[in-house]
Amino acid sequence: MSGPAAASPLLHLRDVAKSFGPVAAVKGVSFALHAGRVHALAGENGAGKSTVVKMLAGVHRPDSGGLELEGRPISPDGPAAAQAAGIAVIHQEPTLFPDLPVAENIFMGRQPTGRFGRIDRGAMNEAAGRLFARLGVAIDPDRQARGLSIADQQLVEIAKALSRRAKVFVMDEPTAALSGVEATRLFAVIRGLTERGAAVLFISHRFDEIFSLCDDITVMRDGAWVSTDRVADVTVDTVVRRMVGREVSALFPKQDVEPGDVVLDVRGLTRTGVFEDVSLTVRRGEIVALAGLVGAGRSEVVRAVFGIDRYESGDVRVGGRLLPPGSPAAAMAQGIALVPEDRRQQGLVMELSVERNATLTRLRPLARFGLLSGRGERRAATDLARRLHVRHGGLGDAVGTLSGGNQQKLVLAKWLATSPQVLILDEPTRGIDVGTKAEVHRIMSGLAAEDMAVLMVSSELPEVLGMADRVLVMREGRITAELPGSRATEESVMFAATGQPGAGA
Amino acid sequence: MAHDTLYAQPQEPQGPAPGRGGGRLAAVLRRWDTTVVLGLIAVVVGAALLVDGFATGRNAEFLLLDAVAIGLVALPMTLIVVTGEIDLSVASTLGLCSAVMGQLWLSGWPLELIVPAAVALGAVLGAVNGLFVTGFGLPSLAVTIGTLAAYRGLAFVVLGDQAVADFPGEWTDAAVGTVPGGALPWAMVGTALLAVVFGILLHATPPGRELYAIGSNAEAARFSGIAVARRKFWLFVASGAVSGLAGVYWTLRYASARADNGEGLELAVVAAVLLGGVSIFGGRGTLAGVCAGVLLLGTLRNALQLADVPSDTLDIVTGSLLIASVVVPNAVVLLRARLGRPRSGSAPPPRPGNAP
Repeated sequence: MSGPAAASPLLHLRDVAKSFGPVAAVKGVSFALHAGRVHALAGENGAGKSTVVKMLAGVHRPDSGGLELEGRPISPDGPAAAQAAGIAVIHQEPTLFPDLPVAENIFMGRQPTGRFGRIDRGAMNEAAGRLFARLGVAIDPDRQARGLSIADQQLVEIAKALSRRAKVFVMDEPTAALSGVEATRLFAVIRGLTERGAAVLFISHRFDEIFSLCDDITVMRDGAWVSTDRVADVTVDTVVRRMVGREVSALFPKQDVEPGDVVLDVRGLTRTGVFEDVSLTVRRGEIVALAGLVGAGRSEVVRAVFGIDRYESGDVRVGGRLLPPGSPAAAMAQGIALVPEDRRQQGLVMELSVERNATLTRLRPLARFGLLSGRGERRAATDLARRLHVRHGGLGDAVGTLSGGNQQKLVLAKWLATSPQVLILDEPTRGIDVGTKAEVHRIMSGLAAEDMAVLMVSSELPEVLGMADRVLVMREGRITAELPGSRATEESVMFAATGQPGAGA
Repeated sequence: MAHDTLYAQPQEPQGPAPGRGGGRLAAVLRRWDTTVVLGLIAVVVGAALLVDGFATGRNAEFLLLDAVAIGLVALPMTLIVVTGEIDLSVASTLGLCSAVMGQLWLSGWPLELIVPAAVALGAVLGAVNGLFVTGFGLPSLAVTIGTLAAYRGLAFVVLGDQAVADFPGEWTDAAVGTVPGGALPWAMVGTALLAVVFGILLHATPPGRELYAIGSNAEAARFSGIAVARRKFWLFVASGAVSGLAGVYWTLRYASARADNGEGLELAVVAAVLLGGVSIFGGRGTLAGVCAGVLLLGTLRNALQLADVPSDTLDIVTGSLLIASVVVPNAVVLLRARLGRPRSGSAPPPRPGNAP
């Protein structure tokens, strides 16, 4: 370890690792936070930053390695324990009790009491006022939390953490939802905290913030630690290169296909505050990737296209025919399939069997005279499972008993069974093992070769670059770049996604 | 290719490997429906031995006539609970339809028109529930508690305290008529036929199959192209219509249209449905189990009545059965999980070092 500062660290992560089933989310990460310093944690989506945060917050326990606070090992076994130890996590969108006054939110569970155990509101408001004064912000402790801006809500959380004498503040993309002025105010607060001896871990995708605010920077990639440096010693270019610096491997067997006619044609799709004026086309035999950061509105766009969510204006055409909005059934009838982002909540009904899940999208074609026969269903399910090599115990087993990769293949199977013209995949390989990942990529490539139009939302750059014929990049609800597959590089996509000038591209 | 074999452990850790047939029999025996059927047999045998006058044709006839109204309303209720919703307004719908039936009879309508009108009214009342639940996205528990009170109140507005009892004899006789030579009422035959229709609908048609998906995970169902709101809406309409039909039956069977007809019946219906193995959380249950649940509850109440148990105690029994049928399956799952845990992995195997 070559720690950037010589003084003994306030909080030290030593070689922490965490796996979820077969997926190693964090593999042996070490870095140290020092009193009085702001430490940036940078990495692509899925690099493992959030898992690190959750281990600090006591939500996840490391499988191996550990935390040291002021030289003493700690192992918080829950958020309450982490808070008691002096680690405060400020989330992007705090969850306050909206109907309670700000002061009660701060002192929930520890309200100062007067005689007979009654809550002493005066003392509580005064204490809250003192905290806000220390932070240098003006929030009325007596007002309801409802209606506070997200920036103010974060400040209430910080005040709450101060009242608990927190020494380490972890801020997970706090500026993602803030305006410029609000972010500037937050930075002033953060500097105030460090001047009083706190250590801050700051996670952000915005390099300008990292470079103006932070003292140290740790880069993670694929769950592993890459580097820790003083911010003064690195440039945006070096950081970006370290974040994405993988070889685009031969894992992505994209076959070259001459694209055919436009099948999916989306024009001017708008939903205020979520996405604006999104236009895109996907041709037969083409794989189009929708890249960007989490929260850029990509999933929302494909959900709207499929009819899960409504949109205010714009239209969607499939093979030239206008698609009525807000109806997944209509989208399916016109040949769209959506493999959703969240396999366990949206892709599958976890309590139902493998067979029932496999046939759920095409019960009507399977029924004869309106009735389903157990045998017919079983045969269809067996067929599907075999075609995509879904490995399962028995067709009657709950789908929750399958591994993540096989679950994802089952979701694919259930949608391919509808013989779609347009296949939309939202994070098709998130959280599945490398072997199955390659299999999913091969399936996608094969489908495109069979003239299917494929639209893929992916936060994994290697996947985007390896698979896509064309890359559309979204940022803050808008498409900000369209790059042909040959011209898309990790740097050019990342810069379009983060809104940084393409210095290195 | 280690990932190929990465299943989670099988759901039910087996003991010493049972034969294939033995495993299947054990699986059937573990099923809740089987338990309910066995319970039904036990109650029938026990009551026949212990309770005077239970094992007579006359009593069987009464028992079945009593079970008709609960059985009818339990059919759509089963489907609603499978989707994770509930309709508590059924008994009030029954009462309001009965009251309207009486009022229409007083104003000179023929029964040939009154009966379909009552069923149609029930459907409209159900549609109101459905609209609030699916259109405005309100919880069905709250909505139907509201209409439980509102519909009953309306029934009193329509008919007041009076009872309309001068329905023609051929209609009231028909309601309690039995199949020649037996104790089996025609009304029960009709209910059984309707049960078959609902059973096929739930278990063997695409819309029925979709109800389980909705009840297990409405979001995943929506992502599979299932029109969740529309399905639920029509279930509430069906529930209202069948409650209206039950109101017609109730009125004719007791030859009395009253605003308080069927008061408290929703408790018995929900108890029968849950007793029949339908999960209150949705996604689970069979119609056959519910039929067994209706008969078990009906038989138990009948036997206790014959044994001179007061009606307050009967309600206590019904309520306790309701709670037991929610608690027992959960307790079993919890127990199994606790017993299974030491075997399935309290200590995760050490991971091969992959630190950088």
